[in-house]
Amino acid sequence: MYIRKERIDRGVKARTEDLFALASGWDLLYLLAPRLLPILVLLLLTVTVGPYWQKVLISTAVFALLAISWDFLVAAGMVSLGQALFFGMGAYLTGILNHYFHWPIWLTIPVSTVLGGALCTFILLPVLRLRGIYFSMITLVLPLMLVRIIEATKIFGGTEGISGLASYPGRWLELYLGLAAAWAALFAFRRLLNADYGLILKGISDNDRSVMSAGINIYWYKAQALFLAGSVGAFAGAFMTHSYMFVGMPVFALDYSILPIAAAVVGGMGTMAGPLLGAFILVPLSEVLRGLGGLRIVIYALSLTVFIVALPEGLFHYIQRKYQQFERKVKVDYE
Amino acid sequence: MSAPILTVARLAKRFGGVQAVDDISFLVQPGELLGIIGPNGSGKTTLVNLISGFIRPDSGTVRYRDREITGCMPYKISQLGLARTFQMVRPFYHLPAFKNMIIPLASPRVKQLSGGKYGDRDAVAKDLLEEVGFERDSAVINKPAGALPHGYLKRLELAKCLALRPDLIILDELFSGLSLAEVAGILPIIEKLKTEGKTILMIEHRLRELFRIADRVIVLNFGQKIADGRPEQVMQGDEVRKAYLGTEGEG
Ligand SMILES: Nc1ncnc2c1ncn2[C@@H]1O[C@H](COP(=O)(O)OP(=O)(O)O)[C@@H](O)[C@H]1O
Ligand SMILES: [Mg+2]
Repeated sequence: MYIRKERIDRGVKARTEDLFALASGWDLLYLLAPRLLPILVLLLLTVTVGPYWQKVLISTAVFALLAISWDFLVAAGMVSLGQALFFGMGAYLTGILNHYFHWPIWLTIPVSTVLGGALCTFILLPVLRLRGIYFSMITLVLPLMLVRIIEATKIFGGTEGISGLASYPGRWLELYLGLAAAWAALFAFRRLLNADYGLILKGISDNDRSVMSAGINIYWYKAQALFLAGSVGAFAGAFMTHSYMFVGMPVFALDYSILPIAAAVVGGMGTMAGPLLGAFILVPLSEVLRGLGGLRIVIYALSLTVFIVALPEGLFHYIQRKYQQFERKVKVDYE
Repeated sequence: MSAPILTVARLAKRFGGVQAVDDISFLVQPGELLGIIGPNGSGKTTLVNLISGFIRPDSGTVRYRDREITGCMPYKISQLGLARTFQMVRPFYHLPAFKNMIIPLASPRVKQLSGGKYGDRDAVAKDLLEEVGFERDSAVINKPAGALPHGYLKRLELAKCLALRPDLIILDELFSGLSLAEVAGILPIIEKLKTEGKTILMIEHRLRELFRIADRVIVLNFGQKIADGRPEQVMQGDEVRKAYLGTEGEG
């Protein structure tokens, strides 16, 4: 007699995104729990931690937005190495509108979001035709180039940046705005990717010539995807700028390009939820390690490596699999 | 004679030192089934890419009905009703076979043809897949395309092309890599398309099967058109025999 392990899918009649197709209350709970539980835990956190960790939560939300935006672009076949471009664009736009034009915060953020997304799309339009590494390289270089332009021409405060920008009317508004935005981006992008629109984007990433052959203008779709992802990144920048009440050259820093990718890899690419989860691990982790001085980067890099080696599929996929299946040991009789 | 549906005039394309397509001209009449044959590397696929907009010609023009399409983007050309399949199959590997169909079915052309409404696309997708030989309601259509055997991928390629409801269909070696039985399964589909009035350009290596259904055959060799005529005539020409069988003493 032997013991064998087997893996069984949990019996939810319709494991669908559409809640209305469900039969029983248990099925409903089964589907809703993983969606609502994180939100509840987070809400609980916001009211229990002090102002310092509230700031960390805000910064986590910012990186989560950048990571979700990155993941969405990947779904459409564009690997961006320059999330800092979107971030910095939104940050500078909001700074300029607030400082030079004295626009209030409730105008600067939405306008910078849309305008930032549009500007980034416009800048990247010529390289939309490039595939693979070429697109990535351009996105990597652009933010670094913009920094040098600001430095050389001394526009928008030059190396000093612009300080004294408007801040949020309250700490709670700021915190919940950031978190709500991250979750809104998560659900909106997931919905979009599950619709026909997302199917076309996935098709482009799989085989763009085949999509073209199907009579679909892939450049138009790619530009739209870029605009949406760019807007989310620009929002993150604008949001963060009013939190710091300052904008300067660091907003184009490599951190804003690389950390979102790390978050997506740790959390699991292709789901939007994975990158969000990744951000909620990596950003607080980096805070905890802050006390360690020089060793911080070493430990940070080590834990990143361990994550990637141990769970190459990403944490979210792992959890999702465990949630949807269970393993059990069964006795097997051989004669 | 009616106006040609496709006019290829003095088309040429060079890749580095290779003249892949060399001054090729021909007409295709509506409803015609035109075969294009030629040894490997004779420029057949390049010709298809030039017509469907995936490659820009160095010189020459392509007209579809009364419209010049030289240098148009591929999606524009597909939208006009000129659809093609790829010799090297190009499915969406990560999507189920059946979702593969939704992409062409979501194209502006299909929407326009169905009067602004898409209708029950899932049903249409299944109908089309069944038409090309997928078993309806089997697990196969829900498998990722990447897991499908070659024969199914070729049929999926055809179904994706048909989803656009094209008037002119270009099939680039649809039969390559298929078994005799599989070819026998697809031939009637092509004959049916022909009776429905579709114009078909068929690039083929399987001459026996092609000659059974083709109205006319063009032979390419080293990028040049060396023969154009009825299937049984074409193979009589000296040049064609030489291209296909080689000349004596050179073996
Ligand atoms: N993208 C390309 N770049 C360079 N050479 C090419 C390219 N495509 C085709 N060729 C060359 O053009 C010639 C014709 O190729 P092709 O059109 O694929 O022939 P066929 O389809 O008849 O086998 C070959 O010599 C091939 O090597
Ligand atoms: Mg070929």
